[in-house]
Amino acid sequence: MPQAPLLRVEDLQVSYNTPTGLVQAVSGVSFELGREKLGIVGESGSGKSQTGRAILGLTAPGGRVRARRLEFDDVDLLRADARSMRRIRGGCISMIMQDPKYSLNPVMTIGAQIEEAFLVHRKTSTSEARRRTLDMLSAVKIRAPERVYKAYPHEVSGGMGQRVMIAMMMIPEPDIIIADEPTSALDVTVQLQVLAVLDDMLSEHRMGLIFISHDLNLVASFCDRILVMYGGKVVEECAAAELEQARHPYTRGLLNCLPSLDGEQGELPVLRRDPAWLTAAEGAQ
Amino acid sequence: MIDIRALDVVFGHGSKLHHAVCDFSMRIERGQSYGLVGESGSGKTTVLRALAGLLDRIARVSGEMTAARESLSGSRRSREFRRRVQMVFQDPYGSLHPRHTVDTILSEPARVHRLDRIEDRVVQALEEVGLDASFRFRYPHQISGGQRQRISVARALITEPEIVLLDEPTSALDVSVQAEVLNLLMRLKRDHGLTYVLVSHNLAVVAHMCEALSVMQNGSVVETMDVQQLRNHAPSMPYTRQLLTASLGYNRAAIDAFEEFS
Repeated sequence: MPQAPLLRVEDLQVSYNTPTGLVQAVSGVSFELGREKLGIVGESGSGKSQTGRAILGLTAPGGRVRARRLEFDDVDLLRADARSMRRIRGGCISMIMQDPKYSLNPVMTIGAQIEEAFLVHRKTSTSEARRRTLDMLSAVKIRAPERVYKAYPHEVSGGMGQRVMIAMMMIPEPDIIIADEPTSALDVTVQLQVLAVLDDMLSEHRMGLIFISHDLNLVASFCDRILVMYGGKVVEECAAAELEQARHPYTRGLLNCLPSLDGEQGELPVLRRDPAWLTAAEGAQ
Repeated sequence: MIDIRALDVVFGHGSKLHHAVCDFSMRIERGQSYGLVGESGSGKTTVLRALAGLLDRIARVSGEMTAARESLSGSRRSREFRRRVQMVFQDPYGSLHPRHTVDTILSEPARVHRLDRIEDRVVQALEEVGLDASFRFRYPHQISGGQRQRISVARALITEPEIVLLDEPTSALDVSVQAEVLNLLMRLKRDHGLTYVLVSHNLAVVAHMCEALSVMQNGSVVETMDVQQLRNHAPSMPYTRQLLTASLGYNRAAIDAFEEFS
C-alpha cells in the first residue's frame, strides 16, 4: 500500500460463550486496509461477517473481542469509549447491511432517515441536510429523488432500497465502508448496477472498502485484493486478479466446485476439507 | 412428458390484478432436464406451481397442460399425478416441518399415497441422498442446510416420481454444498430416469444441469434455446445477452451499457 493504512487489524479474536462451550468465531485475523477495495470471502460460518462487525464494535452481546491491534487512524477501537465509537460509527467507518428490507426503519421516510445520518455527524441546518440528502439520492442514480425522499422503505424495490442504504452510509463521508453481502439479495443486473454506484462513489471520495461476500467471482471482479477465510482464519490472501492462480487447497476447492457456463457438464469436484488447514493457517499468520 | 401451451396465470382483481404468467409454452421430453431462467418476478416459480396444481383458489390458471401422461385443467390433480410429480423447494429451512422428525417428514408422503413397506422406503430414500439411518430421528434444526436439502430431495423421491420440479434447489446453500447437491440430483436422475424442471436465476447452474432452457421476463418467454447456445455465449435476444454479461461478474464498462427491459 502506498500511504499509511486507514485500518490496522492484528490478531483479531472473536469468541462466544455458548451453553455447549466456547465458540471461536474469528481466530487470529490480521490485515491492513488502505484506500482500496478489499474482499473477504468465505462460506457461512467462516467468520467473515464477525470480522466486519468486530471492527465497528457491533459484536452481539455475549461475544468477546480481543486483538493485539485494532486501530483506525491511530484510534484504538477496542479501548475507545462509547462516545468516540458513536463518532466513528457512521462518521468514519460505516456499514452497508445485506437486506434493505430489514435494515431500514420501516416507519420513517427515506428522506428523514438519510437526513438523520447526516445530522448526527454534522452540525448544520435541516434545510442544508435536506439539500444534501436530495443530492445524495441523485448521486446513487435514483431518478426521482423528490419522490423517493418522501417514500417509505416498503414503497421502493430491493435495488432502490440498497441504493438508499448506500446514500445513507455515504452522506457523512466516512473513510471506510464495510459492506456485508450488500447485493446478495438482488438480481444480477441490479446487483451490478448498485455496485457500480458504490464503486464510483468510492473512487470519487477515495474511501476504503471491506466487501464481505460468499461470491468468489463477484469479489474477484470487483475488488483489488482478497482475503479467503475458513473456520475463523485467513487461509489465503491474494490480488483479486490472481485469484485464478490461488494456491490454498480450500480456495482451489471453492473455485473448482462452482458450476460454470463453459465447464464440463459431468460431476462437479467436491470440496474435501482438511482439518490441517486450521492449524496450518496459524503458522502462516 | 410435459407439454404446456398458452399458459396464463392471473392473480387478484381490479386494480390489484397481476398477470404473472402470459402465454407461456414449453415442451419437455422424457428424461430431459429443462431450465427456467429469469430474474425475480419473471414468473418462473409460478409456472412450476401452476403445473403442480398449487395455485388453487390463489390464482386463475388457463391454458393447456399435459404432464405425466395426464391432461390437466385448472388446479385439480389426480392422486396418481401427485405421486408422479414431486417438487423440491428453495428454502430448506422453510420447507421442512420444524416439529416433525426426518422420519415423519419422509413417511408422510408414503402414507398419503398408501405405499407399502414405509420404513424400508424411508431408510432407502435416506441412503439414496447420502445420509445414513441415524438421521431418521433428528429434527430439521439439528442438521445443516445441505443435509436439509438432501432430506427435501429424499421426500420428493419417496413416492417414486417421474417428474421432479426443482425450485432454486441450491440457491440458499454454500457453493461447496451446492456442488454436492447438484451432483446428487444428477446421479438420481440417471439412476431413476427422472425428468427435471429446474428453476434458477443462476445461468451457470442451468448450463451445468440442463439440456435446454427458456429465459423468462415479466411472465413471458423471451427466448428458448439449446444449452449449447448458452454455453457458446450466443443467445440471440438482447435481454438474454445482458443477463449473461451480468452473470460473468463485475465489469464497470459493461454496466453503463445495460438497458431497461420491460
